[in-house]
Amino acid sequence: MRGALTVLLTDRLILGLLVLAALVLGMPALKPLFAATFPALDRPMYEADGFLALTLDHLALAGGASLIAALLGGAAGIAVTRPFGREFRGVLDAVAAMGQTFPPVAVLAVSVPVLGFGPPPALIALTLYGLLPIVENTVAGLESVPEPVREAARGMGMGPGAMLWRVELPLAAPVILAGVRTAAVVNLGTAAIASTVGAKTLGLPIIVGLNGSNPAYVIQGAVIVAALAVVLDAGFDRLAARLTRWRPGAA
Amino acid sequence: MIRVRLIHNRVALLLAAVTVVAALALPFLGFAPNRLLSGKAIALSAAAGGGWSAAALLPVALLLAVPFLRAGRMVNALYTGAGALAAAGLVWLAGQHAALLAATASPAARTSFAAGFWVMEAAALLAVLDGVRRLGLGPAGRVAVGALAAALIGGQFAAGHLDQLSIMKEYANQRDVFAGAVLRHAALVAAALLPTLLIGVPLGIAAQRSPAVGRLVFPVLNVVQTIPSIALFGLLLAPLSALAAAFPGLGIGGVGPVPAVIALTLYSLLPIARNTAAGLAGVPEPVREAARGIGMTPRQVFWRVEAPLALPVFLSGLRITLVQAVGLAAVAALIGAGGLGAIMFQGLFANALDLVLLGAVPVILLAVAADAALKLASALALSRLGRMAA
Repeated sequence: MRGALTVLLTDRLILGLLVLAALVLGMPALKPLFAATFPALDRPMYEADGFLALTLDHLALAGGASLIAALLGGAAGIAVTRPFGREFRGVLDAVAAMGQTFPPVAVLAVSVPVLGFGPPPALIALTLYGLLPIVENTVAGLESVPEPVREAARGMGMGPGAMLWRVELPLAAPVILAGVRTAAVVNLGTAAIASTVGAKTLGLPIIVGLNGSNPAYVIQGAVIVAALAVVLDAGFDRLAARLTRWRPGAA
Repeated sequence: MIRVRLIHNRVALLLAAVTVVAALALPFLGFAPNRLLSGKAIALSAAAGGGWSAAALLPVALLLAVPFLRAGRMVNALYTGAGALAAAGLVWLAGQHAALLAATASPAARTSFAAGFWVMEAAALLAVLDGVRRLGLGPAGRVAVGALAAALIGGQFAAGHLDQLSIMKEYANQRDVFAGAVLRHAALVAAALLPTLLIGVPLGIAAQRSPAVGRLVFPVLNVVQTIPSIALFGLLLAPLSALAAAFPGLGIGGVGPVPAVIALTLYSLLPIARNTAAGLAGVPEPVREAARGIGMTPRQVFWRVEAPLALPVFLSGLRITLVQAVGLAAVAALIGAGGLGAIMFQGLFANALDLVLLGAVPVILLAVAADAALKLASALALSRLGRMAA
């Protein structure tokens, strides 16, 4: 039997969460370290905003946009694979493929002249961008359901609704999740840059530090953003494993 | 019983409905006394009213008719062509009205695109996208239609028809800076591409030949890929400034183009190495054996059999790399690497929205152009393989 400590130290998700929590809550305690590393700086610790508040705002922006995108993108993906929406499938595919070549930072920037500064335009830009991989993967996942499986479901007397919820979506879930993951990873990074369009996120210490030649601020923001990204990655790994574990051949 | 079908293209119907709503309810242009004030709205009817200007909207009217025409090759060609002409016509109308306004306003006045323009322009371009798909054009045909639409709009820029629009006034102010920024942007991407290919391709080959290498390399590159660019730039700041302090003669610093190129290279390694390995892994074993069987040396097997067969997958990795690097290079402006991102962020920090567009729109165009060029190259490589097999 593994001891609790071993579990803690070998589980990437738990370890990442612990490191993240320690960084977010304990960053102010590292002030002497930053002061010693950068003796030339008058202010070696970013104190204009609390790191916990910045982290929560960051998560609200990136997570909120990913969630809305997952709901809208999933609905759109389902709609274009039904008979009534099939005609829209091609143009939606083309938009999703082409839109993903637009760099997210440029989409964020263009949203400012069109929508204005502040958190709501950033949320809209991130949501629109997040839609693309989710739509693409929802369509791909639903299309990958083998026709014999559909026929078997029809043969059991399932209607279109029951088939969608009990057969198609569960089978497509891993592919859809991969799309949500792509959106969430991109949104996490773009949310950091959203500090340049008036949304307060973990990018703020980085931007303030870069503009004011304060490398300590930059490192404080960057370390937490990077830890957040690692936790997100580990979390999606865990979710993906859970979704596929019942499949034959899956570990 | 005969049922008459009224609607033949529901995508076109949706686009037509969106166009009508945008034309009636949203402002087409904005007119401001100077670049910092917000402007008053100008409706499409006002911009198109008077004289022959309204003729520019003829293709838009054609688009509105498409949903009710019996679908066929001719109608789809009309759909595509009208979409491209409508996209160009809307831009022409905006330029025309801006010139009209400029004749009576102060030189500081700014006429800019407003929400109605953007929505109608997007609908017209989506019509082109949908039309191209319905026509069933191949990659070359798609690029040709894209190039035609780009020429119709780009030609107006080149001819000076749009000079009185605010983004072009901004361009006129920044002309020298802009050309330098485009070159710098391309140089950043190219400078990262060289080390990426030199390291990534051998890494991919090694990973395909020995799974142990892959197990070692890919998880590391995957983690790098998940770390947001702005954070990676920040994390590179500390070691690179320490290095600069230790070796002042090296010309390396925590900010500037060098850390940008290093970060871009780190991000670019994954798609290149992964697709090199995947391309080689896709070469069927019997083909390799046949090549060896006819007496090819390992070197010949690689260059004359494996490399050509792996090329399309490799090119798709190169496409992902280039598109990604164009966007990352824009973020690199935050660490003083220059390029189009510098113009974009300067606009964001100074609340100069035309400057934001002047930086961001070319970044998008560069990414789309890189994507189209590499897609075409992939298609050509594939068709060459097809001819070789035939």
